[in-house]
Amino acid sequence: MINEPARFAPQDRPVVNPLYLFRWEDTQQAWVLLYPEGVVKLNDSAGEILRRCDGRTVADLVSELQGEFDAEEREVETGVYKFLEASHAKGWIRRQA
Amino acid sequence: MPRDGSVVRLDGQGKPLWLVLELTYRCPLACPWCSNPVEFEKYDNELTTGEWKRVLREGRELGALQLGFTGGEPMLRKDLEELVGEAHRLGYYTNLITSGIGLAQARLKALKDAGLNQIQLSIQSSERTMTDALVGARAFDLKLKVARMIKAYGFPMVLNVPVFRQNIDLAADILAMAEDIGVDYLEFANIQYYNWAMVNRDELLPSREQLQRAEAVVQQARKRLQGKMIIYFVIPDYFEERPKACMNGWGSIHLTIAPDGAALPCQESRLITGLEFPTVREKSLAWLWNESPTFRKFRGAGWMKEPCASCDEKEKDFGGCRCQAMLLTGDAENTDPACAKSPHHHLIEQAVARAGDPERVHQPLIMRRASREELEVTLG
Repeated sequence: MINEPARFAPQDRPVVNPLYLFRWEDTQQAWVLLYPEGVVKLNDSAGEILRRCDGRTVADLVSELQGEFDAEEREVETGVYKFLEASHAKGWIRRQA
Repeated sequence: MPRDGSVVRLDGQGKPLWLVLELTYRCPLACPWCSNPVEFEKYDNELTTGEWKRVLREGRELGALQLGFTGGEPMLRKDLEELVGEAHRLGYYTNLITSGIGLAQARLKALKDAGLNQIQLSIQSSERTMTDALVGARAFDLKLKVARMIKAYGFPMVLNVPVFRQNIDLAADILAMAEDIGVDYLEFANIQYYNWAMVNRDELLPSREQLQRAEAVVQQARKRLQGKMIIYFVIPDYFEERPKACMNGWGSIHLTIAPDGAALPCQESRLITGLEFPTVREKSLAWLWNESPTFRKFRGAGWMKEPCASCDEKEKDFGGCRCQAMLLTGDAENTDPACAKSPHHHLIEQAVARAGDPERVHQPLIMRRASREELEVTLG
């Protein structure tokens, strides 16, 4: 994690850090990240990105979300990369070896 | 699309997100800063396995997400694995908060199989002699062994170090020990002064200089260990001008169930006189959380007096800690004296000055023990 570059490339495969438990929470109607003594409630688009961090490539993830979101393709791509980089900085995701 | 900072932190929306089960107040150690009640032996009518399971079900129905199993020493409950299994099935994120005593390999494996998510292990220093003296038992070697076993089983691990005058200067050594074990989170928990810690406050309070040195050590380590270990270190409220946002507000997101089933807004709240603490044996968890006069008493800002009532920080710190107001000023409705705006703030300043007075005659630490034990010794 420490020596990984901050920016993601299309062929990278982000996965949720095993320290975190990522799941849907009915009582919050939201995706949540649970970790030792903490909870993060994610907004819809953050949840949609994170639930696809399962070993597929960033390129696949982007093209799938471009089909789902009602937004400019370029905007979706930029948003995904920015979110992945922010999530990586927080330790929520890492690159699959 | 998401942006930086688009992550919403939970405010609870009226749900007890954090459920803490104090399974027992029994403990093989005798830590003189223990947060359990000084008369802990009064609460020995512990809930049964079936009663705890009902609490777990009702807690999930109320929207609880995080679950802490604590004590006393929760490993003393033979049904811990069964309760963890039930909690896991119900969808909690399960945290075990333990001294490590009793956490043998077979039980660790059983807890892993039951779905336990993480373990918080306490250790008091990086030195055997000091640790064993502080906890009143030969515990250091065992704790280190347990720490390595926890990592070998792949649990995320918080190493919790209660911090006070006796061990704070070892911060760098403790960091090196934590790094060697490979812990994920290192929490330097500056102890809070209630119950046993209050009894021993003069001897335990660190000096401001000690705190500043330790904080500098921690800040350096954070840079060095970025991405490897998360380090928590919070300056205690005795040394800040503003009070802590205690429990994120009374009855806001925290619900503790004591060994006898009493529902508490925080683990220390029984020291507030004049409040009643009905148990889960008499009432449903929903009633206790939503309706009980005790949980309603300091919920929100309606109860506040001056200087809190007109303070523009009241939504940030909720007036501080009700238990500390009770303990130091005799009235839980007062502003927490840790706040410089409190008319009682001098009580905090005096405590810090007294603890650091070079002329003061030092006293031995009073170890946690049941008053009944002394009686038994007398009776032979």
